[in-house]
Amino acid sequence: MPAQVSTVTIRDVAVKLHRVGQGPPVLFLHGANGLMQWLPFFDAIADGFEVWVPEHPGFGGSDDPAWIRNIPDLAMFYLDFVEEMGLDKFHLIGHSLGGWLAAEIAIRDRSRLKSLTLMSAAGIRVKGLPSGDLFIWGPEETVRNIWHDQAMAERMLAIKPTEAQMDVMLKNRFTSTKFGWQPRWFNPDLEKWLHRLKLPTLVVWGRQDKVFPWQYADLWVERLPQARLVMVEECGHAPHVEKADNVIAEIRAFLKEASR
Amino acid sequence: MKLLAFHLMPYRPLDLDAAAKARSAWVVLPNSLYDPVKGADEYERHIDLLVYGETLGFDGIGVNEHHQTAYGMMPAPNLIAAALIQRTKKAKIAILGRALPLQNNPIFVAEEYAMLDNMSRGRIIAGFVRGIGAEYHSSGTNPFFSHERFHEAHDLIVRAWTEPGPWSFDSENFNIRYVNLWPRPYQQPHPPIWIPSQGSSETVAWASHPDRKYPFLVTFSPGELVTRYLNGYRDQARKYGYEPSGDQLGWAAPIYVAETDERAREEAKAGLETLFNNYLRMTGEMLIPPGYTSQQSMKAFFRNRQSFATRDNFMSMEHLLANGVALVGSAKTVLAGIERMREATGMNILIGLFQFGTLSDERARRSMERFAAEVMPHLRS
Repeated sequence: MPAQVSTVTIRDVAVKLHRVGQGPPVLFLHGANGLMQWLPFFDAIADGFEVWVPEHPGFGGSDDPAWIRNIPDLAMFYLDFVEEMGLDKFHLIGHSLGGWLAAEIAIRDRSRLKSLTLMSAAGIRVKGLPSGDLFIWGPEETVRNIWHDQAMAERMLAIKPTEAQMDVMLKNRFTSTKFGWQPRWFNPDLEKWLHRLKLPTLVVWGRQDKVFPWQYADLWVERLPQARLVMVEECGHAPHVEKADNVIAEIRAFLKEASR
Repeated sequence: MKLLAFHLMPYRPLDLDAAAKARSAWVVLPNSLYDPVKGADEYERHIDLLVYGETLGFDGIGVNEHHQTAYGMMPAPNLIAAALIQRTKKAKIAILGRALPLQNNPIFVAEEYAMLDNMSRGRIIAGFVRGIGAEYHSSGTNPFFSHERFHEAHDLIVRAWTEPGPWSFDSENFNIRYVNLWPRPYQQPHPPIWIPSQGSSETVAWASHPDRKYPFLVTFSPGELVTRYLNGYRDQARKYGYEPSGDQLGWAAPIYVAETDERAREEAKAGLETLFNNYLRMTGEMLIPPGYTSQQSMKAFFRNRQSFATRDNFMSMEHLLANGVALVGSAKTVLAGIERMREATGMNILIGLFQFGTLSDERARRSMERFAAEVMPHLRS
């Protein structure tokens, strides 16, 4: 069944929301690139779950309110969002910037959460090991650094975006800059509160991630009290796309376990 | 016409082949390519050359701010300005300018400018800029908030210069409990503020506003764009209901004068081409980070760059001269170029970049002398 797309207004912000499947709710938070396309990953998770994929304020088809100035603001906004939408006992999954956002939401209020899954997550930093510089890489270089499998990179590079898609990409890039430029992709205050996240947690990472090297996964696992690590070999920054089958199986098993 | 001599203070001993291996001459150019012994000589020569501007009768001499690059060795232009004050008597010292958004406490800029203004007994021209895109990579400042930070810093500095303290300042980016400037500026109500720019319409509208009427300087642009931007300023001023004076309109361009056009071109070629192709070399990601301009402008920029990438984008001197980016030739040719721009725009400020790229002191000096002797008198009458 195709995803249902709707626009919901939370406070003064219209949010474009995609929903698919039936079952316990799963809230997926996308990364800095936004939701440029619907992923097979969502449909696969939706077998037995209701998957919610909002486009964050400032991204894609959602409003871009000036008052949301940083990721902590966005996290507070999402607390309003889940309350207004009546989301409860839900599983939270975040990728990259969305992983950072998920952790910020969880440290503020985890009372509605069943589990937390962080994939290639921004939000913390390993001292002396800077993240790859998405702001200095050129467009082709970025694609090549995101994917470990260069055949996959070639396929991505062959796609010529439409004018409308270019506009969305630019909007997403501006918002990512607002949130991620300084400090680069992390909040110095986040790491010290991760000990409070006593809930089932899965950390999924690509061994060859050039944006956040695998040592970042180790730091997450060290700080999160109940985290289990899935390190995906031969994989870059988007494990749920590059190694979809493997990652889908791991996450589905984890969600089922955590739903009990 | 007001005439200023200006340099970027490039690091001329740069190993150009080694530098070409880096992504850019900015931000990531390995500083192992900088030799402090040669660098010390460079500072001495560049300062001497600027001081010579006063000797030759220029109204002012100019410096500016760039970080982590061989393009300019003045991350702290006020230090050079302080040195120039000690070596000169009459010339205005124009700092073109300090990059306000990079500051965490803009009071420091207000203080330094006020100090320089006192030390020079009112010879300071205070330039305010946002800094080019690469500075946001070097400093870590978020370009998304660049405009906001610029305007807030500007408001804070002007108020600090003019309103008796102490008082407190509150804005989105700057919250200062005590604003109470010691020293206050020498010039009253404050030093002239000039706005060097690449010509964004937002900046034009802001600088020309009747509350400000700040002189607007277009830098390093093809003649056609200089004309469009300066006339844009005039149109905007008229919309505000006043006629701008030529003293609000300026042009900054590389200038080289020799005995003949042919000789000038021969002598200026390497300097001009290294300036644009070696020292100014940076990627689009560095030049225009997201938020530094509007989404609209950024889109236009990258669209142009796409058509750019397919051709050899080496900028030859011939290309630069054909586009009117620089003035190179005999005194007669250079004068005609200036007169053409004055007629087209009504501008009354000319900022000559007399040393550029690898151009030697000797040549820069000769060119400045010839300009002073054979071009300057015509611009005075």
